[in-house]
Order: sequence, then C-alpha cells, then structure tokens
Amino acid sequence: MSRRETLSILAGALATAILACVPFLFGDYGLSLAINIVSYAVLATAWSLFSGPTRYVSLATVAFFGIGAYTTAVFAETLPWPAVLAIAAVIGVVVAAIVGLSTLRLSGVYFVIFSFGLAELVRQLVTWWEVNKTRTLGRYVFTDITAAQIYWQLLALAVLVFVVGFLIGRSRLGLALRAIGDDETVARHTGIDTTRAKVALFVLSTVFMTLTGAIMAPRWTYIDPAIAFNPVVSFTVLIMALLGGVHRLYGPVLGVVPLALLFEFLLARFPNHFSIMVGLVFILIVYAIPRGIAGLVEQAVRRPA
Amino acid sequence: MSALLQVEGLTRRFGGLTAVDALSFSIEPGEVVGLLGPNGSGKTTVLNLLSGALRADTGRIAFKGQEIGGRAVHTIARLGVARTFQLVRPLASLSCHDNVLTGLAFGRSRAWGATARATADTLLERVGLGRARDTLPAELTYIDQKRLELARALALQPELLLLDEWLAGLNPTELEEGIALIRSLSGQGITILLVEHVMDAIRSLCGRLLVMNTGRLIASGPPQQVLANPEVVRAYLGDDGDTGGGDA
Repeated sequence: MSRRETLSILAGALATAILACVPFLFGDYGLSLAINIVSYAVLATAWSLFSGPTRYVSLATVAFFGIGAYTTAVFAETLPWPAVLAIAAVIGVVVAAIVGLSTLRLSGVYFVIFSFGLAELVRQLVTWWEVNKTRTLGRYVFTDITAAQIYWQLLALAVLVFVVGFLIGRSRLGLALRAIGDDETVARHTGIDTTRAKVALFVLSTVFMTLTGAIMAPRWTYIDPAIAFNPVVSFTVLIMALLGGVHRLYGPVLGVVPLALLFEFLLARFPNHFSIMVGLVFILIVYAIPRGIAGLVEQAVRRPA
Repeated sequence: MSALLQVEGLTRRFGGLTAVDALSFSIEPGEVVGLLGPNGSGKTTVLNLLSGALRADTGRIAFKGQEIGGRAVHTIARLGVARTFQLVRPLASLSCHDNVLTGLAFGRSRAWGATARATADTLLERVGLGRARDTLPAELTYIDQKRLELARALALQPELLLLDEWLAGLNPTELEEGIALIRSLSGQGITILLVEHVMDAIRSLCGRLLVMNTGRLIASGPPQQVLANPEVVRAYLGDDGDTGGGDA
C-alpha cells in the first residue's frame, strides 16, 4: 500500500469520526441537512462507481432508491430492521441483475433512455399494484428509528461504499471497467467478459441505492409512488456526480456538498423558481466544469509542479 | 501435428453483399501467412470472423481442433487468438503499462499483482516502449501506438496473432524495425496471420500467401509463385488483355 493510500485511509477514518458526532453538535435542522447530504453522497458515489468508468449514464437511481423505500414501507412494522434491510438488498440485487443482463448490451443514449424508462415503469407498476390490489395509494411508515439513527446508518453506508470503491479501483474488475469505458470492442479482445463485468458493477452500485432508500423511508412517515420514485432524485444525483467529477472516488462528494447546500438555500428563498434555477445550475455545470471539481483540483495541483 | 487454424466454407454476408464467400484455408503452427487482396476483398472481415467480432453465416473455424465459430470474443482471446486493429485502438485513459496489463489480467495468464506488472514492463521493453511506461497513448507517435497495441496483444500470450495492416503507414526505418519485430515473434513460436499491403514486408516475412478477391480465395502458396499468378495480377491491376491463368 502506497503512502498516499495510507494517508487517504487515515483522513477518511478521521472524517468519519468527526461526522459521527454531528447529531450531538447540531440541532434538528442541522441533522436533517446532514442526512440529506450523506444520503446524496452515498447515491452519487454509488452512481459513479458504475457510470464513471463505464460511461453508461444511468437515470435509474430513483428506481432502486424507491424500491428500497417501499420495502421499508411494507415490512418495517412486521419484521426486525436488519431483516428489512436484507430484503431490500436482495430485491435490489435481483432487479439490478435482470435489468443489467437485459440492457447492458445497449450502448450510449439507448441505455440512458432505458434507465429513465425503467424508473417510470417501476413507479407505474407500484402505483398499479397499490391501486388495484392493496387499494391504497399511500402508505404510512411507522418505526421507532430516530433521525440520529438514520444518519449513522447512512454514514456507515457511505463508509462502505468508499471501501468497496477503493477495493474495486485496485482490483481486476476496476481495470476491466476502465478498459470498457475506453473501448468496449478492444476490451473484449483483451479477454474481458464485458457483460459480466458491467452487470457485476451495476448490481453492486444499485445495492447501495436500494439500501439508501430503505434507510431514508422512515424520515417521511408517509410515502406514495410519486414521492418514492421522484425522477428529480435521479437527475440530482447525476448532476452532483458530474459536478464533483466521476473519474475519482472522492469526486462525487465534492459535488454533493455544495449542491445540497445550494438546493437547500434555493428551496428556502425561491420556492417558486426552484426548478428554473436548478436547471440553470445543471447547464452551467456541464458547460463550465465538464471534468468536475476533482478535475479542477488536480489541474491546480499539477500546474505549479 | 494438425493445423493450428482450420477454416472451412466460411461465409459472411452484409445485406446483399457477400464479403466472405465460402472461404477455406488452414494454417500450420509456426507459419507466417500473409492475407492479401485488393481493397474491399474481405480481408478485415476474415480477421473479424476469426477473432469473434463478427459471426459467420455459415462455415466452421477450428482453432487447435476446437470449434470457435460463434464463441464470444473474450473466450476466443483467452484461448490464444490475439489481434491488432487496422486503425490503432489503444485504451485512451490507461497508461501504456495498464494497456498491456489488461491483456495479462484477462488473457490466458490471468496474472495480477507484482508478477503481472513486471511482465507488462517486460512486454513494453520487448516492443521498444520501455521508456513510455507511464505515458498515455495519446502522447505516443503513430508507430509507438502500434507497438503498444502489439504489446497488448502479446500480453494475451497468443498462439495465433492476427495483424491487420500493422505495418501500414510506417516510414522506411520504422518499417525495418517493424519487420524485425514480427520476425522475432515468429522466431518465438507465435503463428502469425497478417493482412498487409506492404510488398517488401510480405516478401521478407511470409512463408505463404493467401489472396482474396471479392470474398473468395483466388490463390494460395509461396510468395514468388502467388505474386506471379495471372489471376492475382488481374485482381490487383485489372484485366489488360493478358489471358491465361483461369480458375486458380
């Protein structure tokens, strides 16, 4: 292990320790903001685990997030919490594997459209089921899980996604994915089973999204398909990851923090013009900093040398 | 010893065009075979069929006695068939070292860690890119990108190497180096099938030539004999009234 890696691990451990104290240091508002930021940090990092190296832009984030949220809504009152999370993870894996096997042969824009359609499809299916079978459109989520507990679970998940990302970067799979991102045909000709590599990473990445949804659900007390499968979540995750930079593991977080704070500010000050402003922010980011903040940081570090 | 590669009745159509038409040939272990033909005669399609990038409509491809027609590209690569591309295709975001590492990590050796890294360095040295270890492919000259692609193909530890105009676009000095490099690979026991237009290279490297025209094999044999074949001459230069030859 290199010196730089050891330093990164120490810095990560220190940051985690400090962040774990947040519920004791700030009030309810601060905690809810922190929950928001950490949940997006997990989603954006998980998103770029897959989409960063392979360059498959996925808009299906909320499909998995919503599946997780609904799993909690259905099972939270009857099953112990770890079992709920386990069920959410299993459902997420199964859906991701089916979706991955059937779509990852698509490339470029076709995959983008498919992933967006998938989120809508899942939402409509859940709506149909709720209306016709259970005869309720909304569900109440009653648990005794506190906000601080939600925060700590999300923080643990964030640590896990970073550890997994770090290990993938050093593994054969990481190399395979970078090769696939560069040139899939060449990747196959160097012996890489590209379908298997892509599906494996897609599943891994979406499990984190599913778990985030499951952990977040008790925050809402009431959910319906429009809340749990809100497509804005997918777009927000995408733009946060792009702002931060998807070619580095720490990149997405650099995008999550400023954007989460900005959205919070815009929502409080300009509730009626929120969508317009968010749209402008999206455009600005894509035009002005295509390689993200991580790219800018690297450039700045490299220049004096 | 049976043939390393045995192709029988290989046919591939694109719409109404038959790019490869009932092609049959075989290659013995250790041979260096040149695949020739005018532009559009189907040479690259043959390589794509052999590497699995395209599927044949009909016909059989046996590698070391094992049917590989219709198998996945990565499976064929792992069995020991490596290739380069007509227009170089390095993996742009990976350093030269990591480009070669892909072949080692996923090819026959399945090597990883310190051993694989050392082998990647050795292969870069082998093709004359030792100094460019940490360089990105975009910073390399054209010939060096071709060297890199060759090193990546060699990382698969191939028994059969398919070179698609690997010597095209090189200046005379580079060409000499390139020919020497290919000869040394052959000396190492790698069987080579090369699609090539550079006649000097063909004459000095190939023990046998296959000539295609409009998807069909029109001649096969030692270079001297094949290049003098009237039908081959006609395929390249057109009919100038010179009769004779007939069906080859």
